[in-house]
Amino acid sequence: MSILVVMEQRAVQGPPAWSRMSWETLAAGQQLARELQQPVSAAVLGQGIEGLASELTEKKLDHVYAVEHDLLKDYTPDTYTAAVRQLVEKTRASIVIFPHTYQVRDFLPKLATARGRVAVSDVVAHRIEDGKLVLVRQLFQGKLNVDVRFNGDPPYFASLQAGAYRADRIEPGTAALEKFAPQLTHSRIQPLELFREAQRAVDLTAAEIIVSVGRGIKEADNIPIVQKLADALGAELAASRPICDSGWLPMERQVGSSGQTVAPKMYLAVGISGAIQHLVGMKGSKTIVAINKDANAPIFEVADYGIVGDLFQVVPALVEEIQKAKQ
Amino acid sequence: MKIVVCIKQVPARDSQLRVASSGAWIQDADLSYEINEPDAYALEEGLQLKEKHGGEVVVLCAGPARAAQTIREALAKGADRAIHIEEENLGAFDALGAARLLAAALGSEKPDLVLTGLQSDDLGYGQTGVILAELLGLPHATIIMQVEKQDGAIRVKRELEDGWFQHVEMPLPALLTIQSGINKLRYATLMGIKKAKNKEIRNVTAAGLGASAAAPSIQMSRVYLPGRSKQTQLFDGPPKEAAAKLVEKLKFEARVI
Repeated sequence: MSILVVMEQRAVQGPPAWSRMSWETLAAGQQLARELQQPVSAAVLGQGIEGLASELTEKKLDHVYAVEHDLLKDYTPDTYTAAVRQLVEKTRASIVIFPHTYQVRDFLPKLATARGRVAVSDVVAHRIEDGKLVLVRQLFQGKLNVDVRFNGDPPYFASLQAGAYRADRIEPGTAALEKFAPQLTHSRIQPLELFREAQRAVDLTAAEIIVSVGRGIKEADNIPIVQKLADALGAELAASRPICDSGWLPMERQVGSSGQTVAPKMYLAVGISGAIQHLVGMKGSKTIVAINKDANAPIFEVADYGIVGDLFQVVPALVEEIQKAKQ
Repeated sequence: MKIVVCIKQVPARDSQLRVASSGAWIQDADLSYEINEPDAYALEEGLQLKEKHGGEVVVLCAGPARAAQTIREALAKGADRAIHIEEENLGAFDALGAARLLAAALGSEKPDLVLTGLQSDDLGYGQTGVILAELLGLPHATIIMQVEKQDGAIRVKRELEDGWFQHVEMPLPALLTIQSGINKLRYATLMGIKKAKNKEIRNVTAAGLGASAAAPSIQMSRVYLPGRSKQTQLFDGPPKEAAAKLVEKLKFEARVI
């Protein structure tokens, strides 16, 4: 019985670099190891990853596996699935955990299926009950939580949501480095270049105050209502994904996992329910204010201040009060 | 090109959800239901590809009898026919079990392209599409924002974190999970609604497909409201009053105004 943490790296510009979420997963792996009294190891896959692997040997781990192959230079679900599957078979790990990144979402279900298992994706917390692992994840875009247990024999697979575990809890130590060369064949999938769309004209990360708008605004013609609030506060206007998908505001104003990650002094969420994809992009904000008609909206779980009400009445009243307060 | 689009019926987005007294699921008797939003984008992408390249769009849906409504809406938007895996207790199947149902129902269909939404708005595992690809032995790509058909192959745009994208190419047949916002959704026309009434919906059952929910490899044991990570100060009363109280706090406590 052992735990295996599969770290993620990507070479976007220059040499391979860590995906920061991997460190949170490593911290979770160490915590599970303590609680379940099992050894924990970590793996990194790719090409030219010696530096990253040796960085891992300075953590409190049993083994560090450097899984190196020319065909792992650029990610494909076929090659990554084959490589991790062979590593899991070699190490006989019983619990295999991953950061819940876009890349992991692309290959983990394939890996689990190849082993006849289902991965528990997007885990936000865990606890141990009678020596058994219970994972907590969200349902209905964060409106409800659910406890999930594994049935049958290991290996058990899970991916952990960004921010669910704290990277600063990682224990230093030493670990034995082991190279592992998987047997791989060429993928059917041909990965091409990574790119960003046209240069961002709006840098939301520099804003001190952000007013952000979501589905509650109902239609494009209502955007000026929140623009007035942003103007009154001297804030940048931002939005949740559906607003940008609909073209009501440009994509560059999107906050969330696929948009920008912000941490302003104040983040004012108007008509945003607070799906996790949005929360990961703003929950580091110093003060969070939420205006929403649904008292059970997940946005209130991270809000410092809130008004449960109709934004079309609350926002104009708020603009008036802010103007008064600023006089 | 024969395109299969997998769709799921989920509780309407603004539903007030209550946990059932058993604690195992929500009270679902009086909810209204709609197509899972990312699946609506997958359907639209399928329809647009058919309009451009010809062929057929087949809708595949596993769900209870009420899902027939969502299937009819997909047919009204332009899908040619549908397969309904009628299963009242889909919750007993884990993601692998559900994907096995879909794979079995496809039987001899042999599609060139299978599309799903990237995740469901209810369970949100985001796995069914990728599992189905593995079961069917197809190459796949996830969270797709653009699809371009080539000769016997496709070139797609994958969304990554922080505004990054990647182009990926693969041979057909293949499976893609589609991201919301890839296209503009259409509305069903009156003519479409009329035509849908005569389109084929083939009904199959889990038992008829030789599938059962036995021995799922993961099990949901308890559903509950999440705890708050912060103590939220809520202001109520008439909007003007609540706004005044909030502004006072923002000015003198949070000191952000």
